[in-house]
Amino acid sequence: MLDARGRSCPEPVIILKKAMISQENSYEILVDNKTALENVTRYAEHNGYQVAFTQSNDDFTMILTKKQAGI
Amino acid sequence: MENEIKLTKLASCAGCGAKVGAGTLTEILDKLPTLHDPRLIVGFDKSDDASVYIINDELALVQTLDFFPPIVDDPYMFGQIAATNALSDIYAMGGEPKLAMNIMCVTKQMSKDTIYAILRGGYEKAFEAGAIITGGHTIEDIEPKYGLSVSGFVHPQKVLKNSTAREGDVLILTKPLGIGILTTAAKADMVEPSVLNRVYEQMATLNKTARDIMVKYDIHSCTDITGFALIGHSYEMAQGSNLTVHLDSHSVPFIPEAYALAEMGMIPAGAYRNRDYAEQGVTVSKNVSVAMQDIMYDPQTSGGLLMAVNEKDATRLFNELKDSIEHVAIIGHVTKRGQSGIVID
Repeated sequence: MLDARGRSCPEPVIILKKAMISQENSYEILVDNKTALENVTRYAEHNGYQVAFTQSNDDFTMILTKKQAGI
Repeated sequence: MENEIKLTKLASCAGCGAKVGAGTLTEILDKLPTLHDPRLIVGFDKSDDASVYIINDELALVQTLDFFPPIVDDPYMFGQIAATNALSDIYAMGGEPKLAMNIMCVTKQMSKDTIYAILRGGYEKAFEAGAIITGGHTIEDIEPKYGLSVSGFVHPQKVLKNSTAREGDVLILTKPLGIGILTTAAKADMVEPSVLNRVYEQMATLNKTARDIMVKYDIHSCTDITGFALIGHSYEMAQGSNLTVHLDSHSVPFIPEAYALAEMGMIPAGAYRNRDYAEQGVTVSKNVSVAMQDIMYDPQTSGGLLMAVNEKDATRLFNELKDSIEHVAIIGHVTKRGQSGIVID
């Protein structure tokens, strides 16, 4: 689980970008603002991941899953 | 020169991205009492770029103030950009800046050399604009900030408000978009220095040339594109004029590198605030990509002028602008009011 809470504009994406070097099939990342939610979604989708999230209070738990080729 | 700490590291928000959202601001301003004076022909009732006060039949005073935290590490460049941005509000009203005052916040970590370099950048831009900086006010703060309060003059009959576009007008934009996205990506070291230098030069380019050419034509309305982005400022023009602004996304100029960075989520919080503020009044055609929409919601620092010109003058104005302004483009037109304030194709 990546924790990007308390980080502003580009930082949550940078945290994810660094983690994605390992090319896992799924990632979980925790963010606490809508800008981070939207920016991480854009980055993940741009890199071929599907995005789902759940919200509790101000925190969003995002689950990124690699799209399977051919689907 | 000594530059002990990166200026942008001392700031939590970049440039005009630090601006408080338009929606929030309107709510607050609505509660404040306002005095009416027949000579005050532009106040804050239409959220225009500057206030305008008539002195006599030939002369009106234009006043504005703008300042923000560092958007660039080089203090001299920061000074130039902040001053260019502040002077722009006078140009957007069709006026000429004459007097200016510094407004500055410095931190304990900043050296005298750094402070001097910021001020020198401001003075040089004011000089280029034909304005004189006569003093100012500096206080200590936890984050650096710099800008100018500017006074200028305009003929009372030639004031260009942001709320007076007319049906049939053609829209011209004089600088490419993407500044907020690029400066956000720069914080993540994702922009080539050569690209960034081009971005800084663009922000430090006065809207003086655009203004000087514009005033020779039949312009109905003008504003400069800053924190509220192309869509936010166009929306204000549409609402104020009670018309619909049509933007042709394929013609909207942007810094090429901004597109891929938008796709990667390098989008400043201000862009989302702008979208939240305006999107109910915006109809977007399905073929406009999310990245292009992000670019049009991207807050600009020291952006270009958006002019609504009589369609009969549009081609001649555009051609003359094109001779001296590289990225100027015709980006849309104005029609009678439809369902939405803005339609994007």
